[in-house]
Amino acid sequence: MTVRVQAEDFDAGVEIARLRARDARVGAVATFIGTVRDVNDAARVDALTLEHYPGMTEKQLEAIVAEARTRFDIYDALVIHRIGTLRPTDQIVLVGVTSAHRGEAFDACRFLMDYLKTRAPFWKKERTPEGDRWVEARASDDEAAARW
Amino acid sequence: MERRLHTKPALLHCGLPMNDATTAAKPDAPRAVATTQVRVLYLARLREALGRGAETVALPTDGDASVATLVAQLRARGGAFAHELAPGRAFRVAVNQVMAAQDTTIHAGDEVAFLPPVTGG
Repeated sequence: MTVRVQAEDFDAGVEIARLRARDARVGAVATFIGTVRDVNDAARVDALTLEHYPGMTEKQLEAIVAEARTRFDIYDALVIHRIGTLRPTDQIVLVGVTSAHRGEAFDACRFLMDYLKTRAPFWKKERTPEGDRWVEARASDDEAAARW
Repeated sequence: MERRLHTKPALLHCGLPMNDATTAAKPDAPRAVATTQVRVLYLARLREALGRGAETVALPTDGDASVATLVAQLRARGGAFAHELAPGRAFRVAVNQVMAAQDTTIHAGDEVAFLPPVTGG
């Protein structure tokens, strides 16, 4: 299991290769990459600043991955989440899961993202032409997490 | 990996009595009232709204101090604290980096964090 919170960008190819390296049981790798959009709630977004609760963030992410392992038949999982100021098109988050078959990998990957969105202590602040604003939590994210 | 996932962290929006816990000490109480010192953190939007990221708060220790005790004491300051921590406002409290509920007990030296709804990913 790998959980990392970092300011630096990540190379998804390198991370995925490392995730499944030397594990011949793996028949499926599912990944998700979240990126910065240039528009949100009808406003142009020039930059996004992500902050977190150091210490608790890593614990929550590890707990979420552990929960995924109990729910899905997966071999390994990876979560990398960036912090700091990011620009449109920048990568924010990478989730990767390995398993024998695609079903478990897809489900676990989606579960990890749904839980991360609602349980990991990260916060986004957007820079828009009208000024800075904190991103509001979405009810649709709670609903997505509640399905599991 | 023994840490348990809290599947439904409690949202703190139930009503609390507004009496200030700091005024609960009786007039004839000993001059040196025992207190529980806790480290309080305010994250993200709450840090900006409350004008501070961290502080040390003294809670009276006559009876077990809980998250509810702390929230009531902070609300009693009025101003931004009363507004931001008012009943109905969506925020969560973590004690020692674990999601807590209103009745979670707080001990001396604990780290208690106030978290706005999270928006990562």
